[in-house]
Amino acid sequence: MTTEQVWDALAEIPDPEIPLISLVDLGVIRDVAIENGTVRVDFTPTFLGCPALEVMRDAMAERIRALGAEPEIVVHTEDSWSTDRITPAGREKLRASGFAPPAPREPNAPTLVQLQSNVFRCPYCGSTDTRLENIFGPTPCRSLRYCTSCRQPFEQFKTI
Amino acid sequence: MNEQEARSLLEIADDELILGWRDSEWTGIAPFLEEDVAFSSIAQNEIGHARAIYELLSRERGTTADELAFDRSPGEYRSARIVELRLPEGERTVARHYLYEQADATRLERLKQSNDPAVAGLAAKIDREEAYHRMHAAMWFDRLEHEPRFTAALDDLQPLLDAGRDEHTSELQELWEEMTMVRRSQPVGTAW
Repeated sequence: MTTEQVWDALAEIPDPEIPLISLVDLGVIRDVAIENGTVRVDFTPTFLGCPALEVMRDAMAERIRALGAEPEIVVHTEDSWSTDRITPAGREKLRASGFAPPAPREPNAPTLVQLQSNVFRCPYCGSTDTRLENIFGPTPCRSLRYCTSCRQPFEQFKTI
Repeated sequence: MNEQEARSLLEIADDELILGWRDSEWTGIAPFLEEDVAFSSIAQNEIGHARAIYELLSRERGTTADELAFDRSPGEYRSARIVELRLPEGERTVARHYLYEQADATRLERLKQSNDPAVAGLAAKIDREEAYHRMHAAMWFDRLEHEPRFTAALDDLQPLLDAGRDEHTSELQELWEEMTMVRRSQPVGTAW
């Protein structure tokens, strides 16, 4: 077994809440290493309160067992996952399915003024004539916005 | 981690567990939908932070996160009195949120400078999420800062933030009964 095979297997695991993108697209897998029949996966959780984390961990372990190896999933809570780790392919899949991808992270934490500005693009019509409806949304990682141009509410990934 | 950091981490975890529980009491009954979603999401984050900190502390102490979270008596919690209150009034909930997030930012900033990478890293990760809580609190502060009911709530609650952590409110006992009920009942077939 090679690490490429493991990466390929992990790339087939959908995100439990946005199944259009995979765990590899999401950028939560930092490293994969194989030693004496054990596959070690270094995993960085997204939001600490995200209930999908257990599902992700179990799904990874299951895939690795299916490859005939013993999984060791190491969860790194000291590592700050960032939305900058979502791959370009992952961002495109998000946009195509109606989720506005996150803005790039700047050195300082995002501010309310930024969220209230109109630089965020509607994933449906492409207009930047959009406004913040709620900092919080259906999951910890998303905010709610409204597109004034096509009158469509949409979910915006929080930059973190 | 040094003793002072361990103490601070336990205080944060206890505050976030209890505040998360209190914030979740708005789920389904907040004055309007946006705040229902906001306080539910904040509650989810806070309990996630508490869990990650309990896990870190439990590795040091040779125990488990659940034991730390639920097997202590109410008197052993290190929570601040301000988070323990059941606050059915919207303006008092927002006032607490504003006061708490400011105080929380200060202690997280200190822990981010820790020499222990596990402590500094976790504090930094939590702080990235808290940035959104602070934004939400600041947004409400800007709207309400001249409203007498809101300023009265701030004046009323501030002393409970500053009071020590050795004495608790009677409301912590009630919350503890609710919070630990399932674990204490040991339903058949459970193992924890």
